[in-house]
Amino acid sequence: MDEILGTVNGMKFTLGDSILELSYLFAALLFVWGLKLLSHPETARRGNLWAAAGMGLAMLTTLLLHKDHAGNGIPLTNVWIILAAIGIGSVIGWIVAMRVKMTAMPQLVSFYNATGGAASALVALLEFPKAMAGDFTSLLVTVLGLIIGSVAFSGSMIAYGKLDGKVGDIFAGYMKYINISLMLITLALGAYLVFSGIPPIELTWGIYLLLILSLLYGVLFVMPIGGADMPVVISLLNALTGIAAAMGGFIYSNEAMILGGILVGAAGMILTMLMCKAMNRSLLNVIIGAFGGGGASISHEQGTIREIQLSDAAVLLSYSQKVVIIPGYGLAAAQAQHMVHELEEILEAKGVNVRYAIHPVAGRMPGHMNVLLAEADVQYEQLVEMDHINPDMPNVDVAIIIGANDVVNPAAYDDPGSPIYGMPIINAHLAKNIIIMKRGMGKGYAGIENFLFFNEKTRMLFGDAKSSLQKLVNEIKSM
Amino acid sequence: MEQVFQFFFTYKEAIFIIALSIFLGIEVISHVPAVLHTPLMSGANAVSGVIIIGGIILVGHADLSHFSLSLVLGILALIFATLNVVGGFAVTDRMLEMFKKKKK
Repeated sequence: MDEILGTVNGMKFTLGDSILELSYLFAALLFVWGLKLLSHPETARRGNLWAAAGMGLAMLTTLLLHKDHAGNGIPLTNVWIILAAIGIGSVIGWIVAMRVKMTAMPQLVSFYNATGGAASALVALLEFPKAMAGDFTSLLVTVLGLIIGSVAFSGSMIAYGKLDGKVGDIFAGYMKYINISLMLITLALGAYLVFSGIPPIELTWGIYLLLILSLLYGVLFVMPIGGADMPVVISLLNALTGIAAAMGGFIYSNEAMILGGILVGAAGMILTMLMCKAMNRSLLNVIIGAFGGGGASISHEQGTIREIQLSDAAVLLSYSQKVVIIPGYGLAAAQAQHMVHELEEILEAKGVNVRYAIHPVAGRMPGHMNVLLAEADVQYEQLVEMDHINPDMPNVDVAIIIGANDVVNPAAYDDPGSPIYGMPIINAHLAKNIIIMKRGMGKGYAGIENFLFFNEKTRMLFGDAKSSLQKLVNEIKSM
Repeated sequence: MEQVFQFFFTYKEAIFIIALSIFLGIEVISHVPAVLHTPLMSGANAVSGVIIIGGIILVGHADLSHFSLSLVLGILALIFATLNVVGGFAVTDRMLEMFKKKKK
């Protein structure tokens, strides 16, 4: 493999070099092909496996065939160390991925995104001293990789903490100014490290300071962003990790890394935009506007809350023709997805038409609710997207809202002062009857009052979603 | 102006790759149904673990003759990247498996 095969631009290359680059080309093609398949329900699983195969191929050939500038391959001792590190990471990654509950999926994706960002930041940190003074291009990609990777890491860790309920929202008006100042300082230091002309080996203090500032910025950047906007932030951080990986690709002139990273960056940005559109907000508004405070909304007269007895709810549902279930994160938190499927089956057996209305951002991540209901064996066809169910809502006899709040809040239509004003919602308020299952009178994740509760067609069924559903199912069975 | 052209010519291959990758990324994702947003995000997340190649190169050519902080950090980078890759693909597969089950 080490025979010289030919010369390009004065550089000799061997058969091994050629095979290595060819394998990167295949890996890059597999990434593209995998993502393409991932965007269709029937082929998604295969797509994921193809992308994984591409990654495995690139890892294997790098390990076997990569050479440093002096033309030396990877020594055997280093190979063992690499295999050990990959072994440790694989075992932990695999076990956690297999054990995590489906409801905790968004946190986990956020956590893995953090580890990717950390890897990119560390690679950049370690490559910085090796760069030549005055080689602005290498220094620029290294510094950018460090900043973006660190922000993605600390930001994702905060997002993970928030989704897991370990970190609260900290929001104060002045934080906006602190964040902007910190960002400018970080960028200024970054620019200094790139353009000062001082040999990077003498700038160790600078690169570590840059690491600390970037990590801090990531924390402060995500900290004020409130609950309902978390999906957008995760998608954005995901895009950042991709871009950081691409910067790593430039450091090593590795086309598979560049393509993979930019591909994820672009896809992540588009997904972020799509989600912003689903919530009718601009990205800048999400980042700067910091949703989720109490909000200065106009004060409605509150009206009265009407409760419903289980037996009445059972009768109402059994004699309906069309029932729509609107699930939210509360359903997932109570692990009630299997119970709701049982309710659906028992009603269907009585000839009731039951459908699920899924808001694009129901749950803690777009599409999260679909995953949870699929886990409970709910038929794919019964999950109806918001735009398709809304025109039919006035014909619906009963809308059951389980653990959802903001996605059915009519304030989105009629309260210009509300933080969710203009967000598309499921028109539960147009149904003939509305049953809301809730633990108590708490506000939704976005912390906004919901006037649907005081609607005169609304009946409240308080209690834990799972046990309420269980009782409701028993009640209907005994009828 | 001259510098811009000089920059473009010097890095023309990289610029071609970036431009086409951005276009590909947008094109591949644009028509994805909301149902698949979470698995797609998770799968894309796993692909961004491609930094693992950088980790392998870094540790692969690291000097092992003496113990250093760089070596420890390099190994840490490699473990982190592996978590991203293996965990990312595994969790995506688990999510997608559920979509498949309901088909029958």
